[in-house]
Amino acid sequence: MKHKKAKKYGMVINLDKCTGCGSCMVACMAENNVPFRKDESDKLLSITWMRVYKLTNGKPFPNTDICYLPRPCMHCEGQHEGHSPCVTVCPAVATDYNIETGIVSQIYTRCFGCRYCMASCPYKARYFNWWDPVWPDGMEKYLSPNVSPRMRGVVEKCSFCFHRYQMAKEKAFMEGRRELKEDEYQTACTQACPAGAITFGDLNNPNHAVYRMVKPDPKHHGRPTNPNAFRLLERLGTNPKVYYLSSREWVRRVGDNYLKNESIAKKTVHQG
Amino acid sequence: MDSALIPRGVKRCPLWQFLLFISVVGAVLLWGVYAMLLCWIKGLNQTNMNDYYGFAIWIWADLAVIAVGGGAFFTGLLTYIFGKDELKSIINYAVLIGFICYSSALLILAYDIGQPLRGWFIFWHANVHSMLTEVAFCLSCYFGVLTIEFIPLILENRQIDRVPFFHHLSHNMHEIMAVFAATGVFLSFFHQGSLGGVAGVLFGRPFAFREGILIWPWTFFLFTWSAAACGPCFTILITKITETVTRKKLVKDSAIELLAKISGWMILTYIIAKTADTWYWATVTAPSMGQTLMDFYSNNPLYGIWILFAEIVICGFVPAAILITKKGRKNSVALWIAVILAVVGVCINRWVMVLQVMAVPVMSFDYWAMYFPSWQEIATTILPVAYGIILVGLAHRYLPVFPDESELNPIETLPAEEEETVEPPVDLEQELKPAEA
Repeated sequence: MKHKKAKKYGMVINLDKCTGCGSCMVACMAENNVPFRKDESDKLLSITWMRVYKLTNGKPFPNTDICYLPRPCMHCEGQHEGHSPCVTVCPAVATDYNIETGIVSQIYTRCFGCRYCMASCPYKARYFNWWDPVWPDGMEKYLSPNVSPRMRGVVEKCSFCFHRYQMAKEKAFMEGRRELKEDEYQTACTQACPAGAITFGDLNNPNHAVYRMVKPDPKHHGRPTNPNAFRLLERLGTNPKVYYLSSREWVRRVGDNYLKNESIAKKTVHQG
Repeated sequence: MDSALIPRGVKRCPLWQFLLFISVVGAVLLWGVYAMLLCWIKGLNQTNMNDYYGFAIWIWADLAVIAVGGGAFFTGLLTYIFGKDELKSIINYAVLIGFICYSSALLILAYDIGQPLRGWFIFWHANVHSMLTEVAFCLSCYFGVLTIEFIPLILENRQIDRVPFFHHLSHNMHEIMAVFAATGVFLSFFHQGSLGGVAGVLFGRPFAFREGILIWPWTFFLFTWSAAACGPCFTILITKITETVTRKKLVKDSAIELLAKISGWMILTYIIAKTADTWYWATVTAPSMGQTLMDFYSNNPLYGIWILFAEIVICGFVPAAILITKKGRKNSVALWIAVILAVVGVCINRWVMVLQVMAVPVMSFDYWAMYFPSWQEIATTILPVAYGIILVGLAHRYLPVFPDESELNPIETLPAEEEETVEPPVDLEQELKPAEA
């Protein structure tokens, strides 16, 4: 396959390797200046760009099996490029689909907080700033200077550490290069995962690990051809750029909704 | 004391009684204003919304008042475009109710957004692909049309009307009202529809998502249809409530019955279309996404299949059956029941398309999200109701909202009642006489 010029950055998360340690969540929060409050017991108010779900097969001991599923923003492509559920609905173009990278970004200074994008996202990957960020004394000195903190009343979400992409591009430009090497742009969660469960790269580049791991089918909006790979809610037609790998069928089945007695193989992809 | 402002030939309660009424409702209004200020100053953390429930009671209230406010555009269509002259008895009130509903909707939007000072971004940085953009533009434009439709009524206040300029302005605006009515219908079609589209385009939410024609999901048409069908029922309901409170007949039976009849047929056709839409969604759309109808109506403490039954059968087919029959329309109790059910039905529909959409889990490992509004949300939702009651009270007292009121309630000029009659004292008349050129 010829390498296309436009990038399509994506992520592959091997659920068989994930231990649920939460390093990705911590790294993400630190990297992106994600605010937190003294009392974070109400998880429906917590901002977690990367959130780890604990899944179970529902079977009693000794057949119980669990799986941890890290869920960043899926950076959906939709049925055609830029037709992500959230991008199309935002009334003020505060959610942007970058056609050069495939990354869905949130423009905080443009967002006026209508929350329509949150309603549109089936992955609940979008978070609203119900409060202004308040950092513990001294912690503001440890904030990342490359990421702007968000104010009250706007929506935020995982950006695939887009600032890292920008910095890598700047560095490459200074060195007289146009193309980035695979390891030059990696997200914080990818680098933080101690089990190496997260892989990040260009899904359009056959030389990148993510491509080799899932073998996306360009004729079907990047649907994985690796039988162990799947995307969350494949049938909705959101076409996420985050793929999951698992050798366990029950885990792959949990990734989508199926009618009773319907097998994964028989699933049809909605083309809405 | 304020008799010089009260229309001729009608009787109003004493001023102290009116002021007492306004004060009580005004206290509720102030409570709502206080809550609104809290939300503006402290932010949306004053609500019980969360990251699962990003849309909540305000958006429902917004959609509901716009739906029931649909009586204005549809009655205007019937009166000015289709020439149903009987409805001139109620058109003023329909416009007033519409004005209240739409101004309330805009107010609600002003405190629903996280950054109210950036509200204008929706116009300035408009995303033409977003249904919400279409809502904002059409809603604002239609509110302008409603204001234009409402102005002549204000100008007809007895004292304002004495100023020749205002008198002629009002007269001339009446003359071209058909143009505004037609504009209102056009705009209403799009903003009612785009509100339906707001939910229908959510292809990531199988509970809300609907197929459709080109860019418009079926909910686009169903929302317009239901607003045209149930909006007039709200107009009738508020008229009936006003008649009960004022203890007098304000609108001719012929107007109510005609509006009820048209509304009845509209509801019947709407609810058949809604049933067909639900059937297709339950048997084709949702299963194609791996979900069954009962996935959306089970395993939670509130949203059972009863809500679908209540919306379609009890609040759909039942009021339609009552209103399409002459017997039903002429029976006062049946008419009351029918219009209440129709209004409740359209409100349930809007509730379902906003709050239930948020509650239903989409990922197989996610869970139902339940939500109960905070007192600030409740107060700010009641705020427009209080505002509406006050505006209705003021309009009813000082404006000739009901053109047939004096005919339906002839005043007997008994000496004992003179104090309460509307004839102003002669000296006051002279005082208020405009200067002649």
